[in-house]
Amino acid sequence: MAQIFPQWTNKAPFVVLAGVGFSLVVVVGLVWYYASPWNTDVGYRPIQPVPYSHKLHANIDSLSLDCRFCHTGVETSPVAGIPPTQTCMNCHNMIKADSDKLALVRESLKSGTPIAWVRVHKSPDYVYFDHSAHLTAGVGCASCHGRIDEMEVVAQAKPLSMGWCLECHRNPDDHLRPAGEITNMNWTPGANQAEFAKKQKQFLDIQAPITDCTGCHR
Amino acid sequence: MSILNKKPERDPGAAEAVAGDELLVTGGHTFSSLTDKVSGIVEKKTPQQWYLLFAMAVSGLMVLLGSIGWLVWEGTGIWGLNNPVGWGWAIVNFVFWVGIGHAGTLISAILFLLRQQWRTAINRFAEAMTIFAVICALMFPGIHVGRVWLAYYMFPIPNQMLIWPNFRSPLLWDIFAVVTYFTVSTLFWYVGLIPDLATLRDRAKNLRKKVLGLFALGWRGGNRQWQHYEKAYLMLAGLATPLVLSVHSVVATDFATSLIPGWHTTIFPPYFVAGAVFSGFGMVMTLALIARKIYGLQDIITLNHLEKMNKIILVTGSMVGYSYIMEFFIAWYSGNEFEYFAFINRALGPYAWAYWIMFLCNVITPQIFWFKKLRRSIPVMFVASIFVNIGMWFERFVITVTSLSRDFLPSSWDYYTPSIWDMLTFIGSFGLFFTFFLLFLRFLPMVALAEVKGTLPEADPHNYHKEGGDK
Repeated sequence: MAQIFPQWTNKAPFVVLAGVGFSLVVVVGLVWYYASPWNTDVGYRPIQPVPYSHKLHANIDSLSLDCRFCHTGVETSPVAGIPPTQTCMNCHNMIKADSDKLALVRESLKSGTPIAWVRVHKSPDYVYFDHSAHLTAGVGCASCHGRIDEMEVVAQAKPLSMGWCLECHRNPDDHLRPAGEITNMNWTPGANQAEFAKKQKQFLDIQAPITDCTGCHR
Repeated sequence: MSILNKKPERDPGAAEAVAGDELLVTGGHTFSSLTDKVSGIVEKKTPQQWYLLFAMAVSGLMVLLGSIGWLVWEGTGIWGLNNPVGWGWAIVNFVFWVGIGHAGTLISAILFLLRQQWRTAINRFAEAMTIFAVICALMFPGIHVGRVWLAYYMFPIPNQMLIWPNFRSPLLWDIFAVVTYFTVSTLFWYVGLIPDLATLRDRAKNLRKKVLGLFALGWRGGNRQWQHYEKAYLMLAGLATPLVLSVHSVVATDFATSLIPGWHTTIFPPYFVAGAVFSGFGMVMTLALIARKIYGLQDIITLNHLEKMNKIILVTGSMVGYSYIMEFFIAWYSGNEFEYFAFINRALGPYAWAYWIMFLCNVITPQIFWFKKLRRSIPVMFVASIFVNIGMWFERFVITVTSLSRDFLPSSWDYYTPSIWDMLTFIGSFGLFFTFFLLFLRFLPMVALAEVKGTLPEADPHNYHKEGGDK
């Protein structure tokens, strides 16, 4: 009886199987990397209505304003808060009061319509996040927001993905700092960080951070 | 007339040959007439009933797709779920379909190891039925939270959320058990198909020959190939055998590892397995009777085969009945008032109607098979097999819903009523099942030809030099 298929087809099933297996791994790998917030969200830098520079206002070599000067709710409420126009005008009715860059701010003050700042750091509505809890535990601003004081226009520095949250929740020690250093953008952990973290946790009587689903998805 | 065209006839002396047993295949079939019969089903014109049934099945499939589409769009609110009853028909149907799937492996693996040759007449389509039932079953966990795009949570795939399946959850064991079961069943089915696909290939021409040849994997029926093949088949049977017991045991732990009264019982795994085999045979029986009639397979699937299946239905049905009664005894014997209440509530509470449908169908119906006359009556067994299917669906309904609807705290009790979408999804799953099954009947040999031939007297190497057959 004549052969239906040429001889090379003997190898075909193995090649196909190996190919399918390999492609599966590659597809999972590609999705895992490229569809993750590490790739999609980090670096998000929307254009803001007012060319406000954090670098100018917050950098230690410049005006060196404390974060809490404008983001007043950060220690006491879930949201840090965007300052009202009046906060800007506290200074700017005297300083650079005629600057073109501040035209929108003055207009906002006059009309009473808030400035439509574009939100940079977003968390989904099924995530419960509380700024005050993190600050009380000793997590600094820079741990999640990066060096805001070096940004002309604010960009997202960290992925804010669930895995990223969990990494710190499972092992927070490197990110704890003394209460006085919370807003210090230049602070770096010292040599005795492990010891400090242990003491800090004892002092504040904080348990290990919640890693149950219901910690954030309430 | 040349010798090639001459229809081979059975040697008159051969009929007694198989170790004194009665022949499994009646009607004086020979190797070649069996081949013609079974291959003819897929080669000749399709009977009109097939088109009618297929149209119905595809309509059902469309109903299913529509229901799932609406579910995905709108969410599980379209179902009748309420607060205590968070597991509704989706879970009931899942367990129902997994249970149906058990007959295939039991017939193909356990009966194979026990050398029950009568299995050969029904094993091919029982295995096919298993695979399609498991597909229907696997669909339900995929859609039961209404968010099909999150189905990948069930598998250990790296993701940015650092979410991994929870190994402490029986729902995860479920996925592993059922997917393993599906894989092994499919392999087993396919390996069994290879020689028959080769038979079809050798009878085909052109493209059909190539397609069948592709799937026949170069089978030539040589001695060495058969040796390897039988070893592989034996090993697969060995692998599949524990699965028959494990899959539904794991499904039972979905319930048993929770603390809900009426679920939290150690009898669940064996009781589920018995029920699964029971329901599986019920389904095989229903399908076998229809297929046998439409395709005229009365010689291959004989009354003797059907009677043996009815005996298994009787045995497993009685095991299920024993479990029902034992559950009551233990509920009383445990002294636990919640457990006690759960069972009184089942039999006399708001779902008593479902409980007694279940009891009548599953416990009383199979008892008619104590009588040989009824065991061998086609109409009786057809009706009984359908009752078995109904009863086993209600068993899952009773277990899932009665326990949830009345748990520890009376203030949280509620009555569960399915919505039209629950029903359409369930009806649609039959559409999915029958679409697959009818395609199988149309394109693949529905009887394991090579194996059935092995039960003929001519397959015995000593057949031709026995007394009466001096050749």
